[in-house]
Amino acid sequence: MNIVVCIKQTPDSAAKIAVDGGQVTWGDAPLVVNPWDEFAVEEALRTKEKHGGKVTAVCMGVETAREALKTALAMGCDEAILVSDPALKGCDSLGTARVLAGAIRKAGEVDAVFFGRQAIDSDTGLTAGQVARLLGWPALTYVAAIAEWKPAEKAVSVQRMTDEGRQVVESSLPAVISVVKEINEPRYPSFMGIRKASKTTIPVWSLADIGVAADQVGEKGARVGWAEMYAPPARKVVCEMIKGETPEETAAALVDRLIAEKVI
Amino acid sequence: MDFALSPEHEMVRRTVREFAQGELAPLIKEADRKQQPPEAMLPRMAGQGLLGICLPARYGGQGLDYLALGLACEELEAVDTSLRVVMSVHVGLNSLGLLQWASDAQKQAFLVPQARGERIAAFGLTEPGAGSDAAAILSSARREGEEYILNGEKIWMSLATRAHHVLWFARTDPRAADPHDGLSAFLVETDRPGVTRGDLHGKLGVRAGSTGWVHLEEVRVPAANRIGQEGEGFAIAMSCLDNGRYTVAAGAAGLIRAALELSVKYALQRRTFGKEIARHQLIQEKIARMAQQYEIARLLYLRAGWMKNQGLRNTRETSLAKWTATEAAFEAAHQALQIHGAYGYSDEFEAERLLRNARGATIYEGTSEIHTLLQAGYALGYRGDRPLRCELPAHQPGM
Ligand SMILES: Cc1cc2nc3c(=O)[nH]c(=O)nc-3n(C[C@H](O)[C@H](O)[C@H](O)COP(=O)(O)OP(=O)(O)OC[C@H]3O[C@@H](n4cnc5c(N)ncnc54)[C@H](O)[C@@H]3O)c2cc1C
Ligand SMILES: Cc1cc2nc3c(=O)[nH]c(=O)nc-3n(C[C@H](O)[C@H](O)[C@H](O)COP(=O)(O)OP(=O)(O)OC[C@H]3O[C@@H](n4cnc5c(N)ncnc54)[C@H](O)[C@@H]3O)c2cc1C
Repeated sequence: MNIVVCIKQTPDSAAKIAVDGGQVTWGDAPLVVNPWDEFAVEEALRTKEKHGGKVTAVCMGVETAREALKTALAMGCDEAILVSDPALKGCDSLGTARVLAGAIRKAGEVDAVFFGRQAIDSDTGLTAGQVARLLGWPALTYVAAIAEWKPAEKAVSVQRMTDEGRQVVESSLPAVISVVKEINEPRYPSFMGIRKASKTTIPVWSLADIGVAADQVGEKGARVGWAEMYAPPARKVVCEMIKGETPEETAAALVDRLIAEKVI
Repeated sequence: MDFALSPEHEMVRRTVREFAQGELAPLIKEADRKQQPPEAMLPRMAGQGLLGICLPARYGGQGLDYLALGLACEELEAVDTSLRVVMSVHVGLNSLGLLQWASDAQKQAFLVPQARGERIAAFGLTEPGAGSDAAAILSSARREGEEYILNGEKIWMSLATRAHHVLWFARTDPRAADPHDGLSAFLVETDRPGVTRGDLHGKLGVRAGSTGWVHLEEVRVPAANRIGQEGEGFAIAMSCLDNGRYTVAAGAAGLIRAALELSVKYALQRRTFGKEIARHQLIQEKIARMAQQYEIARLLYLRAGWMKNQGLRNTRETSLAKWTATEAAFEAAHQALQIHGAYGYSDEFEAERLLRNARGATIYEGTSEIHTLLQAGYALGYRGDRPLRCELPAHQPGM
């Protein structure tokens, strides 16, 4: 099977995110593979290990995003592609999806594309669905288990995580699959993989390479504008000591307060 | 001069950090309280390739360099000393000793399964009656045809009850004019008849690690298990220590970093006299010292690792790194505990475990006194290093 996995580079989940002059900043916190995408990489690798084929990691981003792709290679991906172009600045999720769809088309006969459920920085969770729409493929979102691959019949059956429970869905291939953390336990990069990754050259595809027009992406192509960006106001925490003459009285007073606060 | 770590080294460091934090950190507090190494520890470290990290790929290792070994040790000891001790004995003291001194057939037989983590390796030098004065060991080996017969007792051996292989030092020539010349090294498999062993309990620190004793009584090993030539035992032991001490130094840097991180976090949050204790200058002095000592320890071990990569003799530099870093680690842990006040004195917080763990490292792999003497010896010109018959191979990328 020929599998593509889309990964985004995001600030580490421990980073302190701040808004400075309308711009989001995370200081010098390290950039990592979007944690949700590690599950996507893992599932892609497991699929390859079971059914053969290859896994290509694709990332749209600036030069630094190369490091995220190297992590994917070190985990075991066979190839990695960085899509980078000055015209991409200011992409919304639709622009991102156009770019990823273009890269997937260029990657040849692809059977499945894996995504994480969302990116931990902008958190829209839109990209997988939009890519599926652009490619005209089925979108299998929030997948918690792959029940069965049927490569010969060009089909797959998956379990989707829904609020009510698990939903079993059958679909034709190729398909777009976004995964949730219940699906697996991602591996750590291996040392052999790290050595291989540091020797692998990662090709950079421009918009021209993937046949996407510059006015379809970036600020020009964006349909969504971020009108204003501000940090949520710090919550005011007040500390109140519950007092009483006896322990019983204190306990009763505490219970009254908790009920008043609708905690219990 | 280039002080930057390569992206490959950064990835190794990040991977080991995530692995240690994710897989091993949750097990350590309980293991330390129970004085019982977590069962999962060795298999997980083996599975991740740590047990062969810097051994050449052609001997079943991961093919990374000596700096990667140091970085891994730093990250492991930032979580717990017991994890780094595994690296010190399995990789540093034993496997790198084999890489340096063993014949190719011995490397295939012993080093390959160690590098793959299929066999666990330990190092047996210290005896009940001889530690710093290693040439005074009483263990004996006498040759009989194509075999040696080994007798003796080793103590304070890390991984004693876990190891499949022990690099064992014994006297083959009791009549040697200089006792240093009468020692030889053997690879002893622990499933041979006549091997008994056990764990020691009640250690002050490294309680999540295994430390024990091994007793050999009329244990027969093939002559093919002798590493190096007869009489080379002392030189082999000292080479092994050049590598073990390197891992101890790197680990100590990790312990200082852990002490610093805990201290910063607590000092920013605890308040006295109307302000965060971090605002008190006496607390700042402690924090500043930890930051200073971390950088010193780190630069010293990285230099030693760089020398190993180049194939340069590094006995002096490694000893300096080990001595400096382990003394600084104890001081950092002591001050981290102090910053935590009474909470630091409780095992609910981590500072006391750092303190207990740091204490041992100024004793094993050369006490601080021994390193002081070594450094004085070099400075005064009383000591120098002669080339060895077998040197630790430089790192060869791609091998
Ligand atoms: C500082 C900042 C400024 C921004 N400004 C704007 C703005 O002005 N207007 C606007 O509309 N949006 C803006 N965004 C949002 C940005 O455009 C989104 O990153 C993009 O729309 C993708 O959506 P998402 O990150 O929510 O990904 P999601 O849809 O949550 O991600 C789902 C999955 O899609 C894949 N994926 C997502 N992004 C990539 C990628 N780049 N490469 C490969 N795979 C990927 C991953 O598998 C991921 O798990 C901004 C974001 C940031 C951090
Ligand atoms: C947790 C732990 C793990 C260990 N793991 C191993 C292992 O895996 N394999 C192994 O072989 N050993 C191991 N050891 C043993 C360790 O290497 C020895 O304890 C160490 O070499 C010191 O020897 P000793 O304890 O016999 O002390 P001694 O040598 O008896 O020293 C006692 C004191 O005298 C001082 N002293 C000795 N000689 C001099 C001198 N010339 N001048 C001034 N002062 C001197 C020492 O510094 C020390 O303070 C381990 C020890 C510990 C605590």
